[in-house]
This record gives sequence, structure tokens and C-alpha cells, in this order.
Amino acid sequence: MDLLEKLTILSDAAKYDAACTSSGARRGFREGMIGDASSSLAGCCHTFSSDGRCVTLLKVLLTNCCVYDCKYCVNRRSNDTRRAMFSPEELAELTIGFYRRNYIEGLFLSSGVFRSPDETTELMIKALRILRETYRFNGYIHAKAIPGTSPELVEQLGFLADRLSVNIELPSEAGLRLLAPDKSRQAILSPMRQIQNGRAQNREELAKYRHAPRFAPAGQSTQLIVGATGDSDLQILRLTQGLYDRYRLKRVFFSAYVPVVENALLPARDTKPPLLREHRLYQADWLLRFYGFRAEELLDEGAPDFNPLVDPKCSWALAHLDFFPVEVNTADYETLLRVPGIGVTSARRILSARRTGRLRPEDLKKLGVVLKRARYFLTASGKLAPGGRISGEALARTLIVAEAPGAADPPMRQLSLFDSVPQGA
Amino acid sequence: MPEVIYLYDGSLDGFLCCIFESYAKKEIPTDILQEELWEPTLYSVRAVPSDVAHARRVLRRVAVLSPYAADLLQRGFLTCLDRRELFLYRMVAKLLREGPGFLRNPADEVLYPIIKAVRALNGEAQLLRGFVRFSEFSGVLGAEIEPKNRVLPLLRGHFCSRYRNEAFFIYDRVHREALFYADGKARIVPLEHFEMEAPGAEEAGYRLLWKRFYDTVAIRERYNPKCRMTHMPKRYWNTMTEFQPPSYFRAKNSPSERAVPFAPNGRPGLAKPAESGPSDPG
Repeated sequence: MDLLEKLTILSDAAKYDAACTSSGARRGFREGMIGDASSSLAGCCHTFSSDGRCVTLLKVLLTNCCVYDCKYCVNRRSNDTRRAMFSPEELAELTIGFYRRNYIEGLFLSSGVFRSPDETTELMIKALRILRETYRFNGYIHAKAIPGTSPELVEQLGFLADRLSVNIELPSEAGLRLLAPDKSRQAILSPMRQIQNGRAQNREELAKYRHAPRFAPAGQSTQLIVGATGDSDLQILRLTQGLYDRYRLKRVFFSAYVPVVENALLPARDTKPPLLREHRLYQADWLLRFYGFRAEELLDEGAPDFNPLVDPKCSWALAHLDFFPVEVNTADYETLLRVPGIGVTSARRILSARRTGRLRPEDLKKLGVVLKRARYFLTASGKLAPGGRISGEALARTLIVAEAPGAADPPMRQLSLFDSVPQGA
Repeated sequence: MPEVIYLYDGSLDGFLCCIFESYAKKEIPTDILQEELWEPTLYSVRAVPSDVAHARRVLRRVAVLSPYAADLLQRGFLTCLDRRELFLYRMVAKLLREGPGFLRNPADEVLYPIIKAVRALNGEAQLLRGFVRFSEFSGVLGAEIEPKNRVLPLLRGHFCSRYRNEAFFIYDRVHREALFYADGKARIVPLEHFEMEAPGAEEAGYRLLWKRFYDTVAIRERYNPKCRMTHMPKRYWNTMTEFQPPSYFRAKNSPSERAVPFAPNGRPGLAKPAESGPSDPG
């Protein structure tokens, strides 16, 4: 099998992993090595595939041979598909060849479980060690820690990679039991905890010895599949928040389930991937990480799923109309961030700009505020932005149309003289 | 006050000397133009000679008042903003007249056009950090780009640190200049014409591998060309490996048809995918 064919099989098998970021590492040039990871503090997208996702790393599996039989996965044991495996040298040469041509920022290495988690991780460590030490690669590496791997091996992996991730796969324990019988929640969470502790310990070491080797300097992330089980958005968002709070994750990725297999336990094969739901979850994820929202504010037991028509922030704003309008000249940063259409950047610009004088409604657009949504929720020098005087149900409708012009308007009801008359009056 | 147009040689130093001239002569130029772009009008014209000492004095004065303004001045000069000299001149004039307070307000009417243009410049440079595609020719890496703004000075730091041990060049087809780097030294020089050599066997192999990876990594069920175009506008595609015609993937000494750079089971990167169906892994 030639390299081209292997690459095709092994990148095809890896593509359902959502994470493809190269952010969080700051490591400059090192003498005698190839590349750096300094540009990737904010990440760097090298291309976008035809599905609109950023490609920044060479995302491949070491092998797609797998002893597990997770129902949702293309690489499960019982699936009749071609199998392949990279040799460490092939993988290293490919990574360096791509890196030098500026195709990629680094390597994303995952793997099917070959014989056992330990054996697979040993193979991954060997491949990464050859890449780092023999081929002197200094770029970004994201490695998957496979649940069930012994802690010593995870530790070795962490010293070779910039970021580690353990996939949580399914939002609930019940889902795992049903669809991924070989994995348990405990097996997933324990390496996560280990990585968190390892990083904390490493920070102490670095404080003492500046040149101590760094353990997963870009932190850890995880991914969960949305839409393969019946879990609600509220459950997913609570889990996400818990992971950020308790495990200090950098990112939680959501992957809309793409039906690749017929199974009575899974959605039918002709189901469309729930892309809008995934999008709403990402929007909410940003609200958790940068906007000071909590999961309980965005969703509750009464409404456990996101509104498909408006984004989570608008949804929150419509439910809290007494919070608005916000006066941009006096409101504090946290309050500004709650206004739909004002983000982290425009909120900072507002703070800076209003020190030079009072802001007028016409200044806001220049500061990057998205007036299409914001105009209904703020005042500037006591004045509403043009066209901002709508409230109540009309406001919800206006926001829906603003988000998706041309999409079907929510059905308007023909007013009837008799509707308001109670029956039998 | 007599109306006068300043002409300068097109360099940043030349432009800074125009600002110096305006203060030395206590006059406000109607326009500041590059010599080559000037067309005879009724206004009187003065060619301002470049003087490094004068240019340095202007830049230092601006930097003392506000390092941020000095950065805007230098970056703003690289943008493709129409009549950028005049906008920058007004910013410097306002800075000298009022002090740096107004720089905190991006909505300021003098500042806004410059900030907008500089934002576009920074954005373009940021995207190109990822989108530049190098080819290897006997150890030297070479790339071509077609940016709207003059981004080479902004790309210099990034690529010099990424390829510190290599020798590389980037040619800007639009502004006809090239960034050369070798042995720890980088230079940007004007270059009228440049044609990329045909690839060797190894280079063609890597192009093919990349094209295949690019086509494979897309999930067909999620096909979303609009999203891709939002993140990666089509004007960048012309110089990117994954969007080149099949001839781009053929090595120069192999006239025989090598494998066509498209995935075997039809996952085209450019064209729209065949009927959507369940994916066929492997």
C-alpha cells in the first residue's frame, strides 16, 4: 500500500473528530529544530475544507485497526472497511514535508485501539518520539489519550505533545453503556483528571526550574457527539460547564452525529446531522467561556433545548427584557457583554472610546457593534439607535427575521375579531 | 493659501518627508501623490525629495506622542486605502494639534478610515500566514501571493521565525515585490517579473498528498461552501495548492499522466459533491 492510499484511509477515518485547533502553545524557535509553535497562541488556519471547517493540523489516525466496537464509529471492529497503519518514519516525513510547505501547523495524532490501549499508546509515543527527536520537529502536536491507558504512558505522551485530549464521546453514562460498551465514564475521566493534575504539578516545576520539560503546555480538550443519543441541550451544556469548572479544559468540542452505520440503537441512516443544534451549542459554549453566562441561565428544565430560531444570547435577552435597555455610556463591561450584538471586542472598544467623550448611536456601528441585533437592547446618550423602538412579541419576530433573512417568517396569525371573545360569551 | 500637491517617490520615508515639508513651509497640501501616479492638473505641484533624517524626525515625533499612532502610520501606509497619504496626513496633523487623546476612540472621523483599512491589512496578513503555500526547489522554499495590501513586511517576522534554518522567498504578484530570506537575513526588494519553476518529482508528490488529504478530510454530509467562502474568500484560492488544476501536480520530467489528484471515490474539493448520501469510509 503506498503512502497516498494510507493517507486517504487514515485521514478519512480521523475526520469525524471535530477538534482542529493549534492554539495555546507558545514555543519559539529552537536551535537545530524545524519550526516553532509561537504563531499558534491564537491558532492559525491553513485552509478550510468544503464543509467549512478549519484545517490547521494534519489530522490522521496512526492506525484504524480497532478492537472496540462502538456503535457510532466508522472504525469499529465489526465494520467492513480497509485498514491501514502508518510507520513512524512515514508519519514523520509526511508531517515535516507538509509543515515546510506551510500546509499545516502540526500533527493531530489519534488512533484506533490496536490490541490494547497501552499497546496503542506505546506506538503513538514511539511515533511522536521519532518525530520530535530524530526528525527534530518543533511544531504543534495534538495527541489523543486513549481511555484505559496506564498513567505512566499518558504522562510520557504529555511531554511529547502540546495538547492532549480524551474524548468523552457521549453526554451520559447510559449512552456510553449502550453505544460504546468498551468504554466507561470512569476510564474517560481518570486520564482527564491525571492530565489536569499533571499540568498543575508541571507549573510548579516550571516556577522552580525554567527549563523543566513542559507537560501538555496547550492544555487539554475533549469532544462529545451530539445527536446520537436522546440527551437534551441542557444536559450537554451542564456537562460542558462542569468540565470547564472541574477539569480546567481549554475547549469542549461538539460533533454533530453523522450517521455512518445502520443500527437499531442509533438514529436512522438518512437522518441529517444536527448542524444547527451543534451551532447553538458552540454559541452557548462561547457564552460560558467569554461572556460570564452560566448554563442554568441559558436553559432550564422547562425549556431544556435551544431555540432553533434565535441564538442563545438573544434568547436570554428576550426572556429578560427588564434588564434592557443598557446605556452604553455608563454600563460596566459585564453588562455590555450581555447585550446581543456586542461581543468581547466591541465591548472593549466601547470602554476605550467612551473615555474620550459621550458615544452617540451613530458611533456604535464604527465600534463594531452588530446593530442588527443590538439596536433593540441599548441606548447611547439616552437615545435609542434608529429603528430600535420595538418590544414584546414583535421584537422576537424581528430578531428571527434579522438572523435569517429570506428564511420562512414565523407564521403570522390572521387577527380575528372573534378570537378574543371567550367561547360561549 | 496657494493650493499645492506634493509628489513623493512612493516610499514611506518619502511620504514622511511630505509631512515634514508641510510643517516646514506652514502649508496644507491639497493632495499627496506618488510621482508615477500623478496626472497633470491645474494645481501647482512640488516634488518633495526623500531625506532619511527628516523622515526619522517625523516618525520619532509621532512615536513620542503615541507609539500606537506610529504603528498606525506605518501600517496604514501599507494598506490599499484610496488616498491613504491624505488620511494619514490628517491623522498626524490632528495628533500634533490635539495630542493623543482621540486615538482612544476608534469611531473618530479622522481615525476611522485608517483603522478600518489597517484592520483589513492585519486580517489579510493573518489569513495569509495560513494560506501561503511553499514549494521546494532544491532546498529553497518559494511561494507566490496575490494580496490586496502590501503584507510582506507583516509576514516577515512570522515566516522568518517559522523557517529560521531554511532559505525561502515569497513573491507578491500584485505589488511586484519579493521577500527573500537566507542565513538569518531578510530583505524585501522590488521584482518586476517572476515565474515559478515546474515542480520536481518529490514536490509534485507532496502536492498530490496534500490535495488528497484536503479532499478526504471534508465530511460530505456537512457540505457548506458558503461557510468555507466566508472564512477563505475565493481571491486567495488562486495561489493555493488544493485549488490548482491537474497540471500543477505533474512533475516536470514525467510527461506520462500521473495519477489525477482527485480522491478515488469522488470527494472533489472544488466542485459540488455528488448526490448526498451516507459516507463511505475508507
